[in-house]
Amino acid sequence: MPLFVVAEHIANGLLVGSYFIVLALGLSLIFSLGGVVNLAHGAFYALGAYLAFEVQRRLGFLGAMVLSPVGVALIGVIIETLCLRRLYREDPGLGLLFTFGLAMVAEQSLRLIWGATGLPFAIPDALRGQVFIGEFIYSRYRLAVLGVSALAVTGCWLLLNKTSFGLVVRAGTRDPEMVRALGIALRPVLTGVFALGVALAGLAGVMSAPLAGVQPAMGTEILTAAFVIVVIGGLGSFGGVVYAGLLVGVVRGLTVLFYPPAAEASMYGLMVLVLLVRPRGLMGEKFERFE
Amino acid sequence: MTCRRNDDTRLARRAFLATAAGAGAAAVGALGFPTMVKGQAETLRVGHLTPRTGFLGQLGDYGFKAAAMAVDEANNGGGVLGRKIELIAEDSVNPGVAVTKVQKLVERDKVLCLLGEISSASALAIAEQANRYKVPYINTGANSDELRGKNCNRYMFHVEGCNTMYTKTIGRWQQSRNLIKGAKWYMLTADYAFGHDLFRVSSRFLTENGGTVVANDMVPTNTPDYSSYILKIRQAKPDFVYINLAGSDQTTFLKQYREYGLTFPLAGGVMDTVPFWAAGIDALSGHWQSLWYHGLTMPASQAFTKRFTDRHGLPPDNQAWGDYVGVKILLQAMAETKSAEGAKWVAYFEKGATFDILKARKGSFRDWDHQLLQEMYVVKVKDKKDARDKWDIFEIVEAVPKASESLELIQPTKQENPCTLA
Repeated sequence: MPLFVVAEHIANGLLVGSYFIVLALGLSLIFSLGGVVNLAHGAFYALGAYLAFEVQRRLGFLGAMVLSPVGVALIGVIIETLCLRRLYREDPGLGLLFTFGLAMVAEQSLRLIWGATGLPFAIPDALRGQVFIGEFIYSRYRLAVLGVSALAVTGCWLLLNKTSFGLVVRAGTRDPEMVRALGIALRPVLTGVFALGVALAGLAGVMSAPLAGVQPAMGTEILTAAFVIVVIGGLGSFGGVVYAGLLVGVVRGLTVLFYPPAAEASMYGLMVLVLLVRPRGLMGEKFERFE
Repeated sequence: MTCRRNDDTRLARRAFLATAAGAGAAAVGALGFPTMVKGQAETLRVGHLTPRTGFLGQLGDYGFKAAAMAVDEANNGGGVLGRKIELIAEDSVNPGVAVTKVQKLVERDKVLCLLGEISSASALAIAEQANRYKVPYINTGANSDELRGKNCNRYMFHVEGCNTMYTKTIGRWQQSRNLIKGAKWYMLTADYAFGHDLFRVSSRFLTENGGTVVANDMVPTNTPDYSSYILKIRQAKPDFVYINLAGSDQTTFLKQYREYGLTFPLAGGVMDTVPFWAAGIDALSGHWQSLWYHGLTMPASQAFTKRFTDRHGLPPDNQAWGDYVGVKILLQAMAETKSAEGAKWVAYFEKGATFDILKARKGSFRDWDHQLLQEMYVVKVKDKKDARDKWDIFEIVEAVPKASESLELIQPTKQENPCTLA
């Protein structure tokens, strides 16, 4: 097998991984500040795709890419303020139960509103076609996805590391009691982070719509992959999610190349391996209990 | 303080890990609740079982709608044997759940017969239970040959075409255009019972007729991204790409194949209209095989399409046709045998009863493997400018077998099908 074929699959894996990162990053953010394991993350992803379907018909794909995540964030804010907020300080199991229920309600609601049949969603005309770089082939749309993902991830990083909002978020992640003692209200920050997290899920949903279509079960199907990436990367670690996303993309791509039947299992294999060698994940915080 | 925090996080982390592992399994547990279409004493009860969630859920929904329509039509016409029909519908989810649902339908709801299913794995589980309870089961959506072959049984009948029928329908057309001999075929196969069965059948047909299968990649169901497979296809430079995929996996592949602009023509072992609709006409090309399509011009077929469209605001697909025809066949058996006894219907079916199946020719069950003998169709993807609406994606090329030929022509032969009904 020529080396360049392997290289092509690695490059493609990185591209696929970039899109995984956007999805998993939201999940990781929500967990690290609120301590909530958001099982409804896939539902917000699906919602993003459905909203994009509606917006695109009126305002085009670019409009959908901007407005749909905003819409998802707004719905996220409503849910957070009405329900989820009450569960932050409770047993983590309650948050789990709530978001699990929410995911089921959301999927059935999508089915009721838009029907059980998948909706056709074509790649926007401007992004059709392929780009050839040497012998490599890239779909123009996927390069655009890569660009948007990179922007979203960089934007989040800047927000968390270079702004006063980010400072409060990071402080809140380390020591919420102390932040409160200093007279800073964490509540709006928590709401903001939840909104940001689900907006990222929504964005991932918009980006996947032209690739995989829009259908009610799409959220459930992708959720597990997002969890695996967060676990591999290390809980609460921004850099970890980025590395893990890329790694999963590449490992999956290479598995398809060499042994396709294991494509699905490859990411779980990777997770097991990482957890065995390094129980806190690639870049996770240290847990005394595990090491 | 710090100590407490650590403790919290650790707890949450364990919950998180446990969840990650269980998320998939738990999500599958989200079962639909039974739907009672009509409740009345002294009714004739029909159990409907099909996946309503998951990657086959879209198809299942069409099937349920059509079965419910057939029952309503019968009841509006006074029912059968002076009694109303009652449809009790359940989400079959997976083989394990399907078994529980059959037991519930038969033991608690006292259904006289079962109908439905799309997943070959679940259909096998249902068939085993049907045989145990001696309750007729009409399979309306599972394709695996093995259900009609190695795993056939006295109480299971098949309205759905088997993989061999789909393969031979398109295969005979390809052969007549001289596309198979000497051609290199690249296959993608769904990695579960149905896909394995279809791969066995379709690769056999191609190699028997002089083609070469240069590669076959087993693809997990629900794969969101086919780019790696498409890169491999590009390197292999086959003459044809042949997909043994089902449900929303077909949609995803078709869209992404189009995205990469590869020009190797596509064909496939089966074609269901719903995933093709979802992919959109832009992503489609070439010739395919169809069990039934709403563009068929036979009057009975058109009338069915109109009734379904009036009722649901969208045209029926081949799965809707299957469940509708399945119910009609059961009702005919009840009326003709004047009996609510499953064993009598089985005898009636095996004696060669014929049914109006909304096609040019009537259908009847083959007595030795219970497959419905029927014509299928080769269809061609329309030019976008000729499509009236988003459902108008195919034009009919021809019926297979042709009107002058035997319906047995696309069936598995006795050598190909080891069924022995006990």
